[in-house]
Amino acid sequence: MKPKTVAVAFASGLLFGVGLLLSGMADPAKVLAFLDLAGAWDPSLILVMGGALAVALLGFRGVRAGGTTPLGEPLNLPTATRVDGRLVAGSLLFGAGWGLAGLCPGPALVRLGAGLPDAALFVAAMLAGMALHRVVFR
Amino acid sequence: MAIDWLAFTPASSLAGGALIGVAVVVYLRLAGRIAGISGVVGGLIERAADWPVRLAFVAGLVVAPTLWLAFGGVLPAASGQGWPSLLAAGLLVGFGTRLGSGCTSGHGVCGLARRSPRSLAATLAFMAAGFATVYVTRHLIA
Repeated sequence: MKPKTVAVAFASGLLFGVGLLLSGMADPAKVLAFLDLAGAWDPSLILVMGGALAVALLGFRGVRAGGTTPLGEPLNLPTATRVDGRLVAGSLLFGAGWGLAGLCPGPALVRLGAGLPDAALFVAAMLAGMALHRVVFR
Repeated sequence: MAIDWLAFTPASSLAGGALIGVAVVVYLRLAGRIAGISGVVGGLIERAADWPVRLAFVAGLVVAPTLWLAFGGVLPAASGQGWPSLLAAGLLVGFGTRLGSGCTSGHGVCGLARRSPRSLAATLAFMAAGFATVYVTRHLIA
């Protein structure tokens, strides 16, 4: 493990977290207002996703599996291509949880760092859910 | 559908989204990894060999509010949600993201940017489930 890679990971996480805070995604009330199509709808999250996607589409250009980065790290890209039952079922369960609390993994960890009590319980339950998946599927 | 124009924050949401985009590009092009938060955390639970890299990414997320406050940012409020719904939501998000191999970041940003059909299917599924769940909790049983 190169120290530079660890430093890049920290910087990426930090930038990601600041982006979540600036965008409003770290506020579950705003996320739920986006998901509430039948209520007072806040379309802001379309722009969060659109902004992130526009930058990533440009920045990912020309990235090929099998290459290495300037830090000498292998480029690790997902290899699965088939849309299967696990992918869809898992994503539906995730979306139900997201709609229940307005929290997904990134914002939950940012809120944990902000010392917000709701995040501590949510993150503990999320880790338990991940551990449960590991127990059930291996 | 009625748009809440007072709550709409186009500039900060677009700028924050762009920062997220820069973060995932830096992580892929330098660290060689997809910045999918559920995958990063899931690998920590499974004690993956590259755990220091994963832990550093998570540490960056956790430290972000401190940096944000130092630059005059305002933290979002506590959600005020009860523990049963937080507990259920956390379990669903943890189990679901591992079963579905990703979350909002891994599928919704990185996967779509890679034009992955799997990520498109996953994103449509979790968005649909999110819309449906809020409809049920706010308009059917509220």
